[in-house]
Amino acid sequence: MKAKVYVTLKNGVLDPQGRAVAHALESLGFDSVQDVRVGRFFEIQTEKPVEKKALESMAEKLLANPVIENFRVEME
Amino acid sequence: MKFAVLVFPGSNCDRDCFHVAHEVMGQEAIYVWHKETKLPKVDCVIVPGGFSYGDYLRCGAIARFSPIMKEVVKFAEDGGQVIGICNGFQILTESHLLPGALLRNRDLHFICKNVYLRKSGQKTPFTQKISSEKILQMPIAHMEGNYYIDPEGLKRLQDQQQIIFQYCNENGEVTEAANPNGAILNIAGISNAKGNVLGMMPHPERAAEDLLGGVDGRLLFESLL
Repeated sequence: MKAKVYVTLKNGVLDPQGRAVAHALESLGFDSVQDVRVGRFFEIQTEKPVEKKALESMAEKLLANPVIENFRVEME
Repeated sequence: MKFAVLVFPGSNCDRDCFHVAHEVMGQEAIYVWHKETKLPKVDCVIVPGGFSYGDYLRCGAIARFSPIMKEVVKFAEDGGQVIGICNGFQILTESHLLPGALLRNRDLHFICKNVYLRKSGQKTPFTQKISSEKILQMPIAHMEGNYYIDPEGLKRLQDQQQIIFQYCNENGEVTEAANPNGAILNIAGISNAKGNVLGMMPHPERAAEDLLGGVDGRLLFESLL
């Protein structure tokens, strides 16, 4: 089965990378862009179905840094 | 004194750390490969700088799960002395031996230059021989040195005297201009609550010999002896 994990920065954590992307979009002419936050996206392929809890554990232990990131798990 | 210098795939400051401990300070030192499951009997563990696992995912995120780190955590919990330098500091925060996280530098540049540091906080084995008036100079070389911690965590650091090094100017003033990477409160290095674990972004092992332009880094090693 395939699962998707989305990792995003917590509010209040500075994202200079997101800011750089926002400026680049603006200079491309997309001037309605207010803010960009950059996150991470993982696609996890497993041989057998896994429980949501297991995926959340993967995210909490490794895929995300809980000090600065939130995560969301989507199962197929 | 016996030092263990950890080596992860991608570590590149292990040799400099070993050189300072062994050749400059004249102490026993050994390399310990990250796959080892037992830590030999040592007095101090150095987690060196570099790019462990290529900084994949997040700096130090994968190194933190290397077999040897279980032993290092135990060693630290038993009061052993652990110093994490640069990528080592990142590995220690990912391991939760130290609080907070190291984010990408505010200005998105890899910064490679000498900085001034002032010492503060509680007494630690790594800083006990450094006077609080001394302004140290040491090189930094990093892209992810922007120390971050949430407001409650920051208050705890302050209350428990865990902020050990801050970026300052040559007069010892902790200013915005002296902050190379956006780190909160100009934090360059912290200790754990007990004081036996230190993490710092600057490289003391690169400032331990006159030949390399400075010896302020030696003071950390001298404090340990």
